[in-house]
Order: sequence, then C-alpha cells, then structure tokens
Amino acid sequence: MKKNKSYGMFSKEYFWRGLMTAGGLFVIILTIVIGAFLIYKGSDTFTVYGHSLGEFLGSADWEPMDNSEGGGAVGALIFIVGSLCTCGLALLISTPFSLGSAIFMTEISPKFGEKFYRPVVEIFAGIPSVVYGWVGLTVLVPAIKTVFNRQVGHSILAAGLVLALMIFPTITTMAADAIRSVSDDCRKAAYGLGSTRWQTTYRIVIPAAAPGIISGIIMGLARAFGEALAVAMVIGQTTALPTSIFSTTKTLTTEIAAQMGNAMEGGEMKSALWTMALLLFLVSLLFIWLIHFCGSRQLAKEKKDAKGKK
Amino acid sequence: MKKKVVSILTAVTLCAAMLAGCGGGADDAATTETTETNETADAADSTEETADAAEQPAADLSGTITAAGSSALKPLADDAADAFAELYPDVAITIDAGGSGEGLKQVSEGTVDIGNSDVPAEDKLEADQAAELVDHQVCVITMAPIVNPDVAEAGVTSLTKDQLISIFTGETTNWSEVGGPDEDIVLVTRPTSSGTRATFQQYALDGNEEASNASMETDDSGVLLQNVKDTKGAIGYVALSYLTGDPGVATVAIDGVEPTLENTYNGTYPVWTYEHMYTKGEPNEVVNAFLQYIMSSDYGPRMEELGYGVSANMTVTEH
Repeated sequence: MKKNKSYGMFSKEYFWRGLMTAGGLFVIILTIVIGAFLIYKGSDTFTVYGHSLGEFLGSADWEPMDNSEGGGAVGALIFIVGSLCTCGLALLISTPFSLGSAIFMTEISPKFGEKFYRPVVEIFAGIPSVVYGWVGLTVLVPAIKTVFNRQVGHSILAAGLVLALMIFPTITTMAADAIRSVSDDCRKAAYGLGSTRWQTTYRIVIPAAAPGIISGIIMGLARAFGEALAVAMVIGQTTALPTSIFSTTKTLTTEIAAQMGNAMEGGEMKSALWTMALLLFLVSLLFIWLIHFCGSRQLAKEKKDAKGKK
Repeated sequence: MKKKVVSILTAVTLCAAMLAGCGGGADDAATTETTETNETADAADSTEETADAAEQPAADLSGTITAAGSSALKPLADDAADAFAELYPDVAITIDAGGSGEGLKQVSEGTVDIGNSDVPAEDKLEADQAAELVDHQVCVITMAPIVNPDVAEAGVTSLTKDQLISIFTGETTNWSEVGGPDEDIVLVTRPTSSGTRATFQQYALDGNEEASNASMETDDSGVLLQNVKDTKGAIGYVALSYLTGDPGVATVAIDGVEPTLENTYNGTYPVWTYEHMYTKGEPNEVVNAFLQYIMSSDYGPRMEELGYGVSANMTVTEH
C-alpha cells in the first residue's frame, strides 16, 4: 500500500519534474557545447595559423590557403562590412513599414488587425528563406536591372530588399505585442486631456512601448544577420568591399555556406570559416544581451511608473 | 531524500540519452541534407552483409552503398545508381552532394563508402589520410567557358588562351576589346575552394588567379548557368554535363577548339580532369561492382549522353 502510494507520487510528481529538468538542462548544455565547439574550431586561425585578431577583423585581404600549411591572408572585413550593409539597409527599409503596420493593427484598426492582418503577417514569417531568395532572383534582380538600367541586378540593394521582407513579420509582431501591452489607462488619460488619437499614439503609446519595439528591431536584425541562403542568391558574391548599394559583395554567412563543403578539413580556409562562424555566434549573443537589456529597462520603467502612481 | 535521488538520476539518464542520440545525429548531420541518416548508420552493417554476399553468385548482390561529395559528379552517380539498381534490385544506393572536401572527409572517416571528388585526395586531406584511400577514376569531365547569347551573337565564338586569361584576371573589362559588343564583361565564377574552379584555373588560365574582387561567385554550377543566361555580357564556366539539352548559353572555343567530348578524347581541348570516386582501402564486393559498372562499356554511351567523358576513350592521359 505504502509502496503503491510512493510509486504514484513518483510518477505524478518526480518523473515529470525530472523530464522537464532534463529538457531544460539539455538546452542549456547544448548552447554551451555549441559555443565551446566554435571556440575550439575557430581559435585555430589564431593559434595554429598565427593570424592576429586585428587582421581578421580589420583587413580586407581574404586569401586563405585551402591546405594545412597556411600562410594566406584571413581578413574578413569584406564579409563583416557586407553583413552590416545588407542588414542595415534591410532595417532601414523594414522598420518604418513594420512600425506602421504594428500601429495600424493595434491602435487604428484593432479588430481587422487581430482577425485578418496579423495572421497574414504571420504567414510571411513561415515562408522558407529559399522561396524569398528564389523570388528575389527571378523578380527583384531583373527589376533592378531594368529600373536602374544596370547590367547586373545582383546587389546589396537586392539583398537588403529581400531581407527587409523577411524581417518585416518579426518586427511587426513584436512591436504590436509591445504596443498592445501598454496599459489602457495611459490611453484614456491622454484622451481625457484632449489628445487626438495620433497624439496619443505618437506621444504616449510609442514612447511607453519603445523598449519592446527596440527588442523587435533587434530580433529582426538578428534574423537578417544569420540569413545565408536568400542573401547568397541575390547578392552576387564578389570578394570586394562594396562601393555603392549596387555593388555585389559577400556576407559572413554566404561565404561560409559557399566554401564549407569544398574546403579542406583542418586547413587554413576552414579554420577561418569557423572563426567567422564564431563571430556570428558572438554577434547573436550580443543581440540577445541587447534584447534582455531593453527588456530589463522596460521592467524598471514599469516599476518606476507603478511607484509614481502610488 | 531517496525520491530526490531518483528524480535526479532520472534527469541525468534522460539527459545522457538525449545527448547520446544527438551525438550520433551530429556526425550524420554533416553527411546529408535529409533522411539518409538511417542508411548512413547502416554503412557499418553493410560490411557484414557484403561478407555474406561474397559467397553468393554476383547476380544477386545485396547491401547498401553510400556516397557523398562533388556536386559535379552527382548527376552521373545518380543516373548510374538507378541503372545499377535495375540490375541488382537488392542493392540500396544513397548519393549525397556536399562538395568534394566533404566527400573526401567522410570517406576518410568511414562515414560513407564512396567519396566523390573533382580533385585528387591529396589536395584536400592530410597526406596520411589520403594514403589510405583508393582512387577510382570513373570518368572525364570537360569544363567549357560559356557566355551570354548576346556576346556570341555579336561574334565572340572563340577566344585565345591569352584573351581568356586577360578576361578572367580582370585586365580586359569590355567585350569590344576582344571583338565583341561594347559591353562590360561580367565574370561569373565559382568559390575559390571549388573543384570546377581549380580545374578551369589550372588548364584554361594556365594557373593564373581569377580576379575574385571583380567576379560574382555562385554556389553551384546550376545557378552559375542561370546567371550567365540572365546577365548580358556575362562569361563563366561549367562542366559539359550542364550543357546537355538547351542550356540558353553559348560555349566559347579556346584557340579555335570547341569544348566537346571528341576534342577532349583526342587531346586538343585542354580543360578536362578525371572525376574521382574514392574508397577507403579496397572496395567491398558491392561497391566494387558498382564502380565496375560505371566504368563498363555497357554504361559508357549513357555516360556520354549525360555529358561526361569515358576514361577508356582518352587518347591522352596527361594534359
């Protein structure tokens, strides 16, 4: 009898608790293992092949040897600049549209926004990146060729536009969530003081939701930064620093994807590619830290507001 | 207290199980893009199966063959696998792309039975690893320079080697300098680690480095073909196997010699290389039968149809 009871207790409580704990621990361990693996692989560039961090980050001279003798150059500046340019352009294009959509679906037309607009935006997020890339290659690239009368349509502009479309749902949904979570008291108070709807939105709601909106923008940036396939198809992949938005160039992810299959295991090129992967990992950690930073600022703000009310 | 110990033990066991499962997956993840994990895992089993098979008559071979590597060789390997499967229905063949480096790495580690490569194993592996591998030169692959049709229509159907070098190193930047239209030359190439690029650079450009800072690199030959087709003034290079049917691009002769299989066989066209299928040590019976089948005269005509050259037809063996 007693045994039965303890067994029941075990299956009811401890088994499931154990399972959940295992799941949680597994994810944490996995992240740490991935980080450690990237550091282990990526450090070869500096330890085995003797390149300096300054060369890796600051030089545009990319000619790693595809063998284990080394002696090439591993300046990844082109890829870093390429990534920053495409992502920056994508943000520049996407943010106004995303913010506009978020305000529209929460403040201006909440019913239509919730029933129709939001699901439509979420469908965007579910489209695989290869489809974006393909559409970009068949529609956008020829369009850029005709509109700007250029011989080559592959460009930073094309990559930026494709990425802008891809990160649009991320920013929109996160910004909309942030705006919706702003207390209705604020809106009512603003209306009570005689604000118009736009004044309320612009002066009260948006500033109150700012940390959440910024988190959304950073999430979008993180997605853009990590995207390889769609960008590779439309950016034109030239190993040169971009000079205009019509330049073809490379990003960190496209170069890794293009070279990893053929590069020699343990060679200088593969090591340099691992170092670039490590850089991507660190950048995404930075983005996540920024999101948490924004989040905690919002939390602090809410606390302060609550205190103020009292 | 006891319960707590039990729950912790459960947690640890589950965690370990998950990690173990994942460990296996990680090895295979590199192998394949999709569902071939089972077959890959079976690779080890297949050695036992083939030991049995050795005692049986050749007609009913059974077992599995896994291959990975060069994307240039994959269409041929796929086609040969289909034809081979008709003769020996009990043999399951799985072929993955992934690149020459990946194929060599995996065959060297024993993850796959056959590693497909455009380049000799010594180029991509440490010397001691390469020494363990046995080379099977299954076919000859010919690389042709291709241009957008508008360039060919304007009269550029043949280039001298010097002109070709000057174009790909970025010295010549306008087609009018080589008798074509007044149009900028757009270089469409492959990444530096690509086997196709290495071959083209060695035999068409006499080893001269392509101008990486002025060329658009493409991840695979299919995309390269598409880009050359869509971009006015574009020039690139692909294997002849991509030019069967109607590719929508024009090939360019080098020093007046058309890039065809005949010209490769008689040694006048220089840009060709052997395609390699590596096995770790001597192949087992099933793998050996497959390799023999690809190189057999039965399969030869089909191979040529696909745009690959039959090694036995070569009248020259060196460039």
